[in-house]
Amino acid sequence: MSRIGVFICWCGENIARTVDVDEVARLVAEFPGVRCAVNYKYMCSDPGQAIVRDKIVSERLDSVVIASCSPHMHLRTFRSAASLAGLNPYRVEMANIREHCSWVHPNRAQATAKAVQLIRLSVEKARRDHELEPIRVPVTRRALVIGGGVAGIQAALDIANSGYEVVMVERDPSIGGKMAGLSETFPTLDCSQCILTPRMVEVGQHPKIKLYSYSEVEAVSGYVGNFNVSIRQKARYVDIKKCTGCGECWNACPLKRNPSEFDYAMGMRPAIYVPFPQAVPARPVIDAKVCAKIIRNGCGLCLKKCKAEAINFHDQDKLVEEKVGAVVIATGYKLYNIGKVQDRPKLEGYGEYGYGKYKNVIDSLQFERLLSASGPTVGELKRPSDGAQPKSVVFLCCVGSRDNAKGLPYCSKICCMYTAKHAMLYKHKVHDGQAHVFYMDIRAGGKGYEEFVRRAIEQDGAQYYRGRVSKITEENGKLIVRGTDTLAGEPVTIEADMVVLANAMRPADGVEQLAQKFNVGYDEYGFLLESHPKLRPVETASAGVYICGACQAPKDIPESVAQASAAASKVLITFSASELTREPEIAKVNEDTCAACYTCLHACPYHAVEQAEVRTPRGVFVKRTARVNPGLCMGCGTCVSVCPSKSADLEGFTEQQIYSMVESLV
Amino acid sequence: MNLAYYPGCALHGSSNDYEQSLRACLGTLDVELKEIDDWICCGATAAHSLNQKLAIALPARNLALAENKGFHEMLAPCPMCSMQLLKARKELGESEALRRSVSEIVELEVHGEVKVLNLIQLFESIGLDKLKAAVKVPLSALNAACYYGCLLTRPPEVVEFDDFEQPRSMEKILAALGGKTVDWNYRTECCGAGMTMASEQTVLDLSHKILTNAKQHGANCLVVACPMCHVNLDMKQPNIERHYGVKHAMPIYYLSDVVGLALGFTPEALGVNRHFVPGAASSADLQVSKPAAGLKAGATAKDAGAK
Repeated sequence: MSRIGVFICWCGENIARTVDVDEVARLVAEFPGVRCAVNYKYMCSDPGQAIVRDKIVSERLDSVVIASCSPHMHLRTFRSAASLAGLNPYRVEMANIREHCSWVHPNRAQATAKAVQLIRLSVEKARRDHELEPIRVPVTRRALVIGGGVAGIQAALDIANSGYEVVMVERDPSIGGKMAGLSETFPTLDCSQCILTPRMVEVGQHPKIKLYSYSEVEAVSGYVGNFNVSIRQKARYVDIKKCTGCGECWNACPLKRNPSEFDYAMGMRPAIYVPFPQAVPARPVIDAKVCAKIIRNGCGLCLKKCKAEAINFHDQDKLVEEKVGAVVIATGYKLYNIGKVQDRPKLEGYGEYGYGKYKNVIDSLQFERLLSASGPTVGELKRPSDGAQPKSVVFLCCVGSRDNAKGLPYCSKICCMYTAKHAMLYKHKVHDGQAHVFYMDIRAGGKGYEEFVRRAIEQDGAQYYRGRVSKITEENGKLIVRGTDTLAGEPVTIEADMVVLANAMRPADGVEQLAQKFNVGYDEYGFLLESHPKLRPVETASAGVYICGACQAPKDIPESVAQASAAASKVLITFSASELTREPEIAKVNEDTCAACYTCLHACPYHAVEQAEVRTPRGVFVKRTARVNPGLCMGCGTCVSVCPSKSADLEGFTEQQIYSMVESLV
Repeated sequence: MNLAYYPGCALHGSSNDYEQSLRACLGTLDVELKEIDDWICCGATAAHSLNQKLAIALPARNLALAENKGFHEMLAPCPMCSMQLLKARKELGESEALRRSVSEIVELEVHGEVKVLNLIQLFESIGLDKLKAAVKVPLSALNAACYYGCLLTRPPEVVEFDDFEQPRSMEKILAALGGKTVDWNYRTECCGAGMTMASEQTVLDLSHKILTNAKQHGANCLVVACPMCHVNLDMKQPNIERHYGVKHAMPIYYLSDVVGLALGFTPEALGVNRHFVPGAASSADLQVSKPAAGLKAGATAKDAGAK
């Protein structure tokens, strides 16, 4: 006979108000196998746990049923309490008489009766519980960081500086991300390149960091501690090991007028190019869509000029495999790009701003390049149409952001700040110029942020209008910006030389496909989902996969960096032991009865079922069978339900347990 | 094609030249218009500023009249009318209770299912290829500023027609007629509309900006699809010129005028001669050179238009 202890919690008044806990204890004590039934005001508190521990010892209990809140809330708490008293933690069951009972039923008598039934189920299950041991899996103490922007760089350096190897995968030819292209940063006006490029160099030279630039994650298999990652190294047509970065090739390239990706088409680059002089790796790449040699076997000047013999026009994509134990996703953001071609039809619109039609209407990242000392104008502010210095610039906040009609109801968070910075930097470069800013609300929460915006307005004379712009047209070389000043209650028309749009932040292209590879969730906008918005902000639903930076939500540099360090610390926790423990409630196949039909193998959503052979100790083949990889199994039970021979079962939730629970009710 | 026709007050009154031209060209394009019997006012601006129910009931009755005659499509050449009809149609479609109560008010079974077309949509459903094939006098000298005004494309969730900020549908029709169009800035701005009664100055100001911008962009005429726009830009143009001391001399054509001219009708057959600002004296005026064939085509259509 079992010796089960039932512990009924009042949860203050949450349960006791609706459920008669004394009555429940009296009835439950009569169930077969129940040794004792007690109730207490807060079972999860220290005195409550002490009651559980004492009873386990004094009554020599072999199973425990806690009737309280959801197991999501406190299963862990009570398991460790049982463990302290010497009971196997997997012999603790919970009956949820709060969320499933007292909170949702108004009638005291009915709720009490239901609580008794819920406990009856758990007692039946507890009678058939076995002792289980946590699964131990080895850990590959090596991390993968996807994305080489400021967040990825920070995470990679933190992990590498702790002594573990890092594999960094960056899609572009150079690391640096969006930050490498910024001019100066708010609220200190630190030069973006001056603070970032040394860290890029550190990544490039770090003995513990293996950098795959111009590469993407192709496929992933495995589980926390043991991921196998397949990385596609895109054809670069330049052997970066042989190349010295001398520059003979790109100086020789005759096809110099290609829009530069790094300059957001504000500047031009040759067909063989380094994205920017401070790139890491500082090695060129050939744009196969443009190169005359690759397209029609012409030119080939770069090959002739290259003394290092690094150029290979027959280069092809290569797949490489890496083993890692943890993953940090830091894929960042892109700007909402106004135009007719959109991934969702709702995003079409804003034609009234003339972006793409008027040369002098540009977005904020393009403006950053015009301000940057490393930009196409070497930091001199010239407007794109004719190179003249703009004497009047209008900045538009919230282009796309907070726009329900576009399906982007969220605030992009950084635009208020960088627009204030833009207005300020503009005034610093064009002393007799006037900056105008149209805004919805100024959101300047952050250390030194509000003061920074006031500085733009008060010291640098930016004219702020609370209101929206209805239309931008071009007349006689001037942009006519028509909007409204809702505080003054009147329409405003400004003749501007240039307009800068603060477009909404959206997650980078392809992040949804990447998330699917790692079983990481994402929201309706494509931002990656954290496990818990407050308490687990860098964890994901996928064990061992962490997120940081703007791939999770719009955020600025300080926040991205802080989150990157947080993600790195989570990786280091994963690496703190040579083995990981996992919950043992996973599927198991009875190899004696398994007919090797492999229905389970096809049904398993986690690819945890493998084909295996049963052999005698001497190695003689006996039969084929299905086998569950304990490292991959998530304990969902799909295989159990599809197995025709009833050979698959779930530890801790055996079919016998479930059936006896059902039987106890009918 | 056989469809219901809802003229609204303008096309039977101040803008009967619009009706004249659209009847002329639709006649040669195999479109038969059946004016719905006993139609009433669409409610215009007045109804919905007084009473929301009235603003639904008035157009609802007109929809019901067309539906009860078995029509699936109805032409409403005035954008105010078509917008009011579409708004009623949308709201009726969303609420069974509203359909019941409005049916009671107008004493007719109202479903609100008849499709409402503006003139541009009608030409689109005839087909630009068919239109192109029917052109006798390509309007090669036409360099038009297509003016949509405020209501043809708005509110977008009601009219669901073209890009409401950057519409292109009229330009496409004019291209089919062999004409050129200019890319200008005031295509969807307001002309002042009904303010012409209450505050003429507002209309003079807004319409002057429209005419000026069209001229700056090299337009030699404006093409409209709204009787109200036509009143403000055409009839008020002499007032604008006097007030601002400029000479616009900008002919304002209805869309059906230019279609009719390309189909070979004479200006008289289309009512263009009754505009305040003189337009083309013949189709040939809108051609770069005047090939004999064009004149001949014009002459044959003249007979057709006169009948």
